[in-house]
Amino acid sequence: MHPVRKQRLLLVLFIVLFSSAAIGLVTYALRGNINLFFPPAEVAAGMAPPGQPIRVGGMVAEGSVRRSEDSLLVRFDLTDFQASVPVEYEGILPDLFDEGQGAVASGRLNARGVLEATEVLAKHDENYMPPEVADALEKSGYDHKGNKQ
Amino acid sequence: MWTFFHKLGSPPWLYSISGTILRWLLPITLVALAAGIVWGLLFTAPDFRQGNSYRIIYIHVPAAVVALAGYYVMAIAGAISLIWKMKMADVAMKACAPIGAALTFIALVTGSIWGKPTWGTWWVWDARITSMLILLFLYLGVVALYEAYDNKEAAGKACAVLSLVGMVNIPIIYKSVDWWYSLHQPASIKFTGESSIDPSMLYPLLLMISAFYALFTCCLLMNMRAELLEREARTNWVQRLAKQEGRS
Repeated sequence: MHPVRKQRLLLVLFIVLFSSAAIGLVTYALRGNINLFFPPAEVAAGMAPPGQPIRVGGMVAEGSVRRSEDSLLVRFDLTDFQASVPVEYEGILPDLFDEGQGAVASGRLNARGVLEATEVLAKHDENYMPPEVADALEKSGYDHKGNKQ
Repeated sequence: MWTFFHKLGSPPWLYSISGTILRWLLPITLVALAAGIVWGLLFTAPDFRQGNSYRIIYIHVPAAVVALAGYYVMAIAGAISLIWKMKMADVAMKACAPIGAALTFIALVTGSIWGKPTWGTWWVWDARITSMLILLFLYLGVVALYEAYDNKEAAGKACAVLSLVGMVNIPIIYKSVDWWYSLHQPASIKFTGESSIDPSMLYPLLLMISAFYALFTCCLLMNMRAELLEREARTNWVQRLAKQEGRS
């Protein structure tokens, strides 16, 4: 290879490696802030600041959703099977919100350790299938993730 | 192999070969796009949880996949034009940017439309969505930077460096859903192991992804041809071509 071109090739490689290293260090330093939410285990371990706006994400625990009779108030628990965080939310929930499904709630932790949510988002997983396939899986005793129930 | 590579540096040759390719590829692309859309939107079952709204996957995923791949095309063309000073690589790099920006924009808009009924919000600053927005700005940045210079050579150099620096964003977008907690779900199509999308939904999706790759290639070639004619407007071969077109 021509020496001038070789030099320019090295320059290109340098640009790519140097910018990758720089961005890599920045994302490493900010890794906590890039996460959209805290899992319940980290909240239980006290890593989430109380009284500050935070997001908590996890699975809506089976049988934990309790709706108020006369208002839009909903109470449920978010769990990651190590710890769970009780959530209170007043408002309309997204269509895909359901027990046993992922959700992300944003709000503040109060003194009782309850997350007073101002927004609840449903988290969809990566499984796509027609309803008949889902029914067939359920009948054979597997859930939609292919785990034996 | 090397003669092919050297021939690529010749504008008239590139113009004529791209014309031949387009004559075949363009109809195939349009048929594949039409077939994929009809198959995906009308002939697949609804999803067991999302119902019909999941069908946006047939536009969203192909646009996003090709937007990422297109960035590599742009950056590699930029590197070739930096190292070998190949004019045609510079033309290719410049032609990539607006197409990539359009695809990224489509991915962001369709994702937002899907996000509202599924997640309950139009927009959330999670790692995947934010890094995708950065990709849009990188593409638009290359377009703007190229136009900012009067000197084409300096413009090409600056854009090549920008696209090389921006290349680090592509693996970040791709892996963002695995590295951080995000609202966006992880990939359903897996290269190793079984995909978590039912085969009846996967096949039209793969067809749409291939069709979008073909569409990207067509747009790229058409953009490059227009750019070639503009740059070489004073040369003999373009003058001759213009006369021929005028007569027919």
